[in-house]
Amino acid sequence: MSQNTLAPAAQRRRERRFGLFSLLVLAVMLGVFASSTRGAQATFILNDARGQLFELPDLILPVVPTVIVLSALVAGIAARQFTRGFGSRAVVIVGVVALLFVIAFLTWAAAGGQLSVVGLLRGSLARATPIAFGAMAGVLCERAGVINIAIEGQFLAGAFTAAVVSSIAGNPWVGLFGGISAGVLVAFMLAGLSIKFQADQIVVGVVLIVFATGVTSFLNTQVLSGNPQLNSPTRFASIAVPVLSEIPLIGPVLFRQSLLVFGMIAAVIVLQYGLFQTRWGLRLRSVGEPPKAADTVGIHVLATRYKAVLLGGVLAGIGGSWWTLDAVGQFSREMTGGRGFIALAAMLVGRYSPVGAFGAALIFGFSDQLATSLQLLRVPVPSDLLLTAPYLVTIVVVAGLIGRLRVPAADGKPYVKQ
Amino acid sequence: MSQAGSTEPAGRQEGRVELELRGITKRFPGVIANEAVDLVVTSGEVHGLLGENGAGKSTLMNVLYGLYRADEGEIIVDGTPLQLDDPGDAIDAGIGMVHQHFMLVPVFTVAENIVLGVEHTRGLGRLDRARASKEVAELAERSGLPVDPDALVEDLPVGIQQRVEILKALYRDARLLILDEPTAVLTPQEADDLFDAIRAFTAEGRSVVFISHKLREHRVIADRISVLRRGRIVGTADPREASEQDLANLMVGRPVELTVSKTPAQPTDSVLQVQGLRVDDAVGSPVVQDVDLEIRRGEIVAVAGVEGNGQTPLVAALTGLREIADGTVTVAGREVMGATRKQILREGTGHVPEDRSKDGLVADFSVAENLILNLWDAEPYARRGTLQFAAINEHARELVGAYDIRTPSVSTPAGSLSGGNQQKLVVAREFDRPIDLLVASQPTRGVDVGSIEYIHSQLVAKRDAGTAVLLVSSELDEVLALADRVAVMYHGRLVGPFDMPISKEAVGRMMAGADPADVLGSPTATPASTDDPATTNGSSPGAPA
Ligand SMILES: Nc1ncnc2c1ncn2[C@@H]1O[C@H](COP(=O)(O)OP(=O)(O)OP(=O)(O)O)[C@@H](O)[C@H]1O
Ligand SMILES: [Mg+2]
Repeated sequence: MSQNTLAPAAQRRRERRFGLFSLLVLAVMLGVFASSTRGAQATFILNDARGQLFELPDLILPVVPTVIVLSALVAGIAARQFTRGFGSRAVVIVGVVALLFVIAFLTWAAAGGQLSVVGLLRGSLARATPIAFGAMAGVLCERAGVINIAIEGQFLAGAFTAAVVSSIAGNPWVGLFGGISAGVLVAFMLAGLSIKFQADQIVVGVVLIVFATGVTSFLNTQVLSGNPQLNSPTRFASIAVPVLSEIPLIGPVLFRQSLLVFGMIAAVIVLQYGLFQTRWGLRLRSVGEPPKAADTVGIHVLATRYKAVLLGGVLAGIGGSWWTLDAVGQFSREMTGGRGFIALAAMLVGRYSPVGAFGAALIFGFSDQLATSLQLLRVPVPSDLLLTAPYLVTIVVVAGLIGRLRVPAADGKPYVKQ
Repeated sequence: MSQAGSTEPAGRQEGRVELELRGITKRFPGVIANEAVDLVVTSGEVHGLLGENGAGKSTLMNVLYGLYRADEGEIIVDGTPLQLDDPGDAIDAGIGMVHQHFMLVPVFTVAENIVLGVEHTRGLGRLDRARASKEVAELAERSGLPVDPDALVEDLPVGIQQRVEILKALYRDARLLILDEPTAVLTPQEADDLFDAIRAFTAEGRSVVFISHKLREHRVIADRISVLRRGRIVGTADPREASEQDLANLMVGRPVELTVSKTPAQPTDSVLQVQGLRVDDAVGSPVVQDVDLEIRRGEIVAVAGVEGNGQTPLVAALTGLREIADGTVTVAGREVMGATRKQILREGTGHVPEDRSKDGLVADFSVAENLILNLWDAEPYARRGTLQFAAINEHARELVGAYDIRTPSVSTPAGSLSGGNQQKLVVAREFDRPIDLLVASQPTRGVDVGSIEYIHSQLVAKRDAGTAVLLVSSELDEVLALADRVAVMYHGRLVGPFDMPISKEAVGRMMAGADPADVLGSPTATPASTDDPATTNGSSPGAPA
């Protein structure tokens, strides 16, 4: 509590900054969305094509009135931000403004057409999966004091290996094991170079990314393109939880997903518990703060760091496998498209906690999926530009929300014993 | 002694411990920190360890605690040689250590810090936090070191953090407790509490190695004193027989002047002028208020006070490090507010910060680089944007000699110097240039008597050269020895300054919040005798009974 309260002057400055943000949102809503001529109505489909307990009606919204009502809400919030302010709830209110904006945007985008809400949300969760795995890998490493920017490299190595192994074995589980091994191998190089040889961790990370990209691209053109049987992995089937998956709207979003999605959610819960409630977590976090404290009570700093980085490699390897064992079913060069960096952003936005990272991953997954959905709606925005949405969101979120972030104090600092 | 086959380490007896170090040698690149050191600590003893900065005290203790590995020698506990590969082994042997620089995880709670490494768990590896809190609270109660187990360590004042460190060792059932300069950051009251806890500890047959630069404390608490000089044991002393002067001479190897010799001040024109100064904390409540102060060339004004009464923000405001909420500060006629840090330094303010490792130096930079941190772009150390290392090193060698900074070379990273030598480095840099105002915060914290003598004489020399000196210190003796005028800081307000001489007792009572009118009475000599509380109508909270 006491750390979160700001000085009155700083508080006022912050409210005013938030107010400007709301005004900007308002301007876009009124200037672009409300003056749209794309169609009078927006149709949101809430049903899934597969079996459901009962059908929901489609949600049909009149575009201009909806946007105007939403704008009025934003205007009201902005007015209060400039006058009385929202005090300790200020940050939550910014989230509300962002949400109103997203709804207005969707209404505008779906004007004259149809948008499947189930597809959007289901896709968001699926796309959040590798990001969340990667972010958790980052959380583990950095909480233990090792900067891991090589998540992108771990993704690529994992995706590639999982594809090949699953193709050969004809079994996604074996493929997953292959993906994990690749993630751990990259993690092992990171750990060895940065913990044992105390190399600069950023440099090591960059090198590993370049290395993984180069090797997978090379093998892809040299080996896979000539041998398509090596690049046709057996994928994980989607699992439908009985009954629950037939609940309209939430059923298909939450309970009809691939195994990796469920695995990710389980990992978030286990890791959150493990890091903050167990002896293992306490010790892991203690070596990420100035580790002499841990050393002086007999905790083996280097071994603890090694284990954390390798376990991170397991998670990042699973995240990479998502591409070839779940989403796409084929490896192609640089197919992870920078999601490893987005995972880093999710780790930061989530303030180094698994649950927070998961929440941030959802935001990024949503913007990722949205870019795809919008292409189908023929929104008058160039598709290349649309595909940059996740990165734009990353920049806005990282710059705007991280603010005062508490980084593990020994993050990136090698530990040297006398 | 007898090595009867038991599961316990041979000869381990409940509570008692005999420790012997034989021929310990520890070398660092370019230095021999310990050379063939022999030391015996017997059961129930408080063994004082005394020595100059860099003499090797912390190194020796780190060897004993398994943090450093000795190059030669053995450690024998209860007749059994110990193989110490890491601190875990030392802990198992019943050795606990409170380090000179705290070893706590700031973002953990007190209980988490104390149980770290020996946690109790329930199913699924779940930490038993309730049990940890309860055990810590009980232990704290029993050992007379009260502390809230659920507080975050970073929110605690250093005095309490110190307790946490000690409790950490006690929780592991230490039979031998090493205290490396535990009192450097304590108020006198806190130090007394610590001594009570030490006595209770040794009454059970357990032992303490006590390191401090304060000779008085050795005479109060130690049963025997060993003196280290340049890595070797040069003698032992009995604190009941040896005077402080004897100890100082033995330690430094030459007669040391324990009192400051200075002539009466000859103040001239005014340099520092502070009017109605207010400084706020992060939430906007004042931590310094209504401060008026003037310091003239050629005088030392000392600010006494228990730490945490606003001295830190006051100094930060005077040196431009912190925003001034209200009032004005001028140095030699120039406003501090609105000036950049560099302008303030270049135009004639020198600053010895209280936290040397945080604000005083860059640990990874060499000694030579640290010595020009405030002149990094000035001739002759920089020419046309290029550092002139010949000049920089030459300058460093001069200062290292003049201030007796013990370092293997001027290119050694400052962070690897002993604590006291880091302090001397900062002092050397700030003293060695012409300035109008010198602000020195706790300039002799953690510094040995020989160096204190030197720093004090330099402070007086600075004064005599026409500098206005503001000395902020929680060491009452230092304040009284150096000051020409004394002010007392209490709850963010400044009382005084009063002309010297003024009695130690009077300053002490003002530090506890007594009204100066009551303490000083009439302007002439005060009859306030011995320990009678004089006036009862005054408001002196928490004054010791
Ligand atoms: N980690 C290190 N690397 C290199 N040299 C070191 C290291 N630690 C200590 N030294 C050197 O060893 C010598 C002894 O240092 P030590 O810290 O033991 O002194 P000390 O007696 O504790 O001094 P102080 O009273 O100032 O704390 C010093 O010359 C110091 O520069
Ligand atoms: Mg020391």
